[in-house]
Amino acid sequence: MQPTDIRDPDYFHKVVDCQWACPAHTPVPEYIRLISARRYADAYMINWKSNVFPGVLGRTCDRPCEPACRRGRVDEEPVAICRLKRVAADYKGDVSSRMPPKPAARNGRRIALVGAGPASLTVARDLAPLGYELTLFDGDRRGGGMIRSQIPKFRLPEEVIDEEVGYILDLGIETRFGTRVDSLKGLLAEGFDAVFVGSGAPRGRDLDLPGRQEASENIHIGIDWLASVSFGHVEKIGRRVIVLGGGNTAMDCCRSSRRLGGEDVKVVVRSGFDEMKASPWEKQDALNEDIPILNYLVPKEFLHEDGRLVGMMFEKVAARIDADGRRHLEATGEPDVRIDADDVLIAVGQQNSFPWIERDIGLEFDRSGMPIVSEVTHRSTRENVFFGGDAAFGPKNIIWAVAHGHQAAISIHKLCEGEDVEARPPPMVTLTSQKMGIHEWSYDNDVSNDLRFRVPHQDKAIALRDIRSEVELGYDDALAFKEAQRCLNCDIQTVFTDKLCIECDACVDICPVDCISFVDNGPEAELRQRLTAPAHNLTQALYVSNALKTGRVMAKDEDVCLHCGLCAERCPTGAWDMQGTLIDMAQAGTEKVLACSRH
Amino acid sequence: MSFLPKPRMHHPDLHTNALGLTRRDYEGAISTLCAGCGHDSISAAIVRACFELDIEPHRVAKLSGIGCTSKTPTYFLGASHGFNSVHGRMPSVLTGANLANHDLIYLGVSGDGDSASIGFGQFAHSIRRGVNMTYIVENNGVYGLTKGQFSATSDKGAKSKRGVVNSDEAIDMVSIALQLGATFVARSFSGDKVQLVPLIQAALRHKGAAFIDCISPCVAFNNHDGSTKSYDYVREHNSAMNYLDVITGRDEIVVDYAPGTTEIVTQHDGSTLQLRKLSQDYDVHDRVAAIAFLAERHAAGDIPTGLIYVDPEADDLHGYLHTSPTPLNALTDSELCPGSAALEKLNASLR
Repeated sequence: MQPTDIRDPDYFHKVVDCQWACPAHTPVPEYIRLISARRYADAYMINWKSNVFPGVLGRTCDRPCEPACRRGRVDEEPVAICRLKRVAADYKGDVSSRMPPKPAARNGRRIALVGAGPASLTVARDLAPLGYELTLFDGDRRGGGMIRSQIPKFRLPEEVIDEEVGYILDLGIETRFGTRVDSLKGLLAEGFDAVFVGSGAPRGRDLDLPGRQEASENIHIGIDWLASVSFGHVEKIGRRVIVLGGGNTAMDCCRSSRRLGGEDVKVVVRSGFDEMKASPWEKQDALNEDIPILNYLVPKEFLHEDGRLVGMMFEKVAARIDADGRRHLEATGEPDVRIDADDVLIAVGQQNSFPWIERDIGLEFDRSGMPIVSEVTHRSTRENVFFGGDAAFGPKNIIWAVAHGHQAAISIHKLCEGEDVEARPPPMVTLTSQKMGIHEWSYDNDVSNDLRFRVPHQDKAIALRDIRSEVELGYDDALAFKEAQRCLNCDIQTVFTDKLCIECDACVDICPVDCISFVDNGPEAELRQRLTAPAHNLTQALYVSNALKTGRVMAKDEDVCLHCGLCAERCPTGAWDMQGTLIDMAQAGTEKVLACSRH
Repeated sequence: MSFLPKPRMHHPDLHTNALGLTRRDYEGAISTLCAGCGHDSISAAIVRACFELDIEPHRVAKLSGIGCTSKTPTYFLGASHGFNSVHGRMPSVLTGANLANHDLIYLGVSGDGDSASIGFGQFAHSIRRGVNMTYIVENNGVYGLTKGQFSATSDKGAKSKRGVVNSDEAIDMVSIALQLGATFVARSFSGDKVQLVPLIQAALRHKGAAFIDCISPCVAFNNHDGSTKSYDYVREHNSAMNYLDVITGRDEIVVDYAPGTTEIVTQHDGSTLQLRKLSQDYDVHDRVAAIAFLAERHAAGDIPTGLIYVDPEADDLHGYLHTSPTPLNALTDSELCPGSAALEKLNASLR
């Protein structure tokens, strides 16, 4: 193998599994350390800079970071990264003085943002301090988009939304709330320098089955129903409720139903329980609220009597693997299942819908009706129109919308500056030794043996009584500290200097997880088999040195390294050092600032 | 030195042995020796050897004297019996313990100061009596604890860290052990676990006095140019004569080396040593030739390592003394004090 080039900004970034997995690349271990130090406001601001909505995301994020967390590979469960983010938001105090001020002067560029959801708000947050004049359009009367309309208040209190949307609107953004944009052509005619479309995926899929029309009074589209609940238009539902669908929207629907009079609420999914799209913790929360999830039942018919819904018929199916190895559902031939119900909520997916975009303005759509958008620049086929969030590539989640927003803001800024939009700014990476004394590091390298701490929940009886009563109470100060201590500090890297190594084996002997080897070099696939512990996880890199005095190389499997620093403590020559990496993703305007600071 | 305990977490694929223990279960407390000390590598080699031999930790007694080396039993086999004796007196304590209970596996760990100076006589007598033990000298050629004076195994002409040249002749522990009748003699290097681990395993399975001289560089005081016990010097002058594979009952013997290069030695307890010879005309069963060979190689400036001598049929102190098959400490009062009739009979036999 060739020696590893640790100057490649991606090399150590990948070692920080959580940060690499996060679409917005939030420096997770950095803020978790600040939580350990009880510096909640600092932890919040690191999050705010990167993911814009720490309080919202700390309650609702899909948390791609947690399955990636290294702790999950050496312990039973990953660090509760998401709920620690909430801790930073809960205990930060007043951070208004830390927010960027309204820009003193405007730069004369006007940008329209369609939809006031997380994607548009991120673009606004990034561009407003640079002097852009931003106009935010939304059909609803308040900002937040799906954050406000679709997420039930028992998961995300209104005050959190108001606060975090407020930080952005306070940057001096013109809002045209209650104004649905019905023509992009018309909008462009207003002379905006660029338009960002962050209008989400606002249309819930329907199920065209027998009885749909006749019983329509008691059949509701999930996301529309959630919005009506959210805005107070709906306050009751029948006693017996069927929720169709296995995604997070279905989980929100069934749990909301339990709070609005639904006593016998069932979720019914076509496929298996394990194949459901909903996050495991959301499924668990539904089960905890006495909501059974029935699987392998395909909806067949809405049953109605005298114009009223009385229930549904389902066909029983089973999963089979066909000759090509593909999984499909097949009727079992058993009698159909009837489930009685007073209301049905359909939460079987969301679709994009762009009736307001004219097809003759140079903005091309693909065959499925989605705009053609660059995944890097977020630019459409029209030079000054950009897309992000669910509007760009279909339904994803909030953290993706934020990531899209950052990238689109960079593109818009570059467009307005007359720069090449395709040339993307690199991240700013700093690598600093953490050595404080002979065996003293500026981070706590004592690895906690604790298992993941559960977030305290509100008493079920109280929670089910009031739809605005938040279920998760969040970690208290002491639990937050203990959970934060579970973080392995993967951003404190083991950096090896081959010239200093005397091959004494001290690091090999002390490593608790057998990740260091001194071996003859070879091709990667073969080398991986010859290490102290064979490196089977191919998604994790091998860190390979130049040839040492004996002709061997140092090969470290990054996979389960605890970043405990014992290799560096037991190294007599300082060939191993623990160095902190701070990977700061570029945002609109940061390139210039960096260029200035370098000179 | 590190202050934190080694994290309990381990590699998810960590193996267990026949007893269901992992290698980590054979570790001790975290080392307080200087970073990079060869002794820590030897401790790690002992851990691996015992893990791979499926040895029950409570069946091992680890004994030591005074010195850096003699601290190391704290850092391995945390669940075994231990005795940290007076300086240089480990061999006597070990002999006594072994006489009292021959059912344990005895592991003596000592240094060049503990065994070649203050305990030289003790070392000599435990070897010549054939005490059933594994005696490891972790040999770094200096008194590390007192900041790097030459020890009795330091080579004549070697330079200290301060530039002083040693004028005294070195004691070669391996040659002495051979002369004193050790029935298993080896030399190895802390930086070569491929060689060291099987040697420790073979010594642990050997019946009789097994001696291993293990060169173990002192990073703090004897790892400079001019030292003959530094990592660089030993690597440059190491002439490995053979490598061992120790095969216990479970594994099949597969000899896949060229003919004449491999020798199979079956020890008393049935374990098999598969000797991969690098020096083909060397005979590990010829004590006299071994002594001559060592003198020759030493004169040439080489450090011969590997298995130097083994007598697979060797007996031990208990055999020579015809002690009872039941360990002495397990004999009951009635057996130890059989009564006046038995005494009368004994006296009569001596009249």
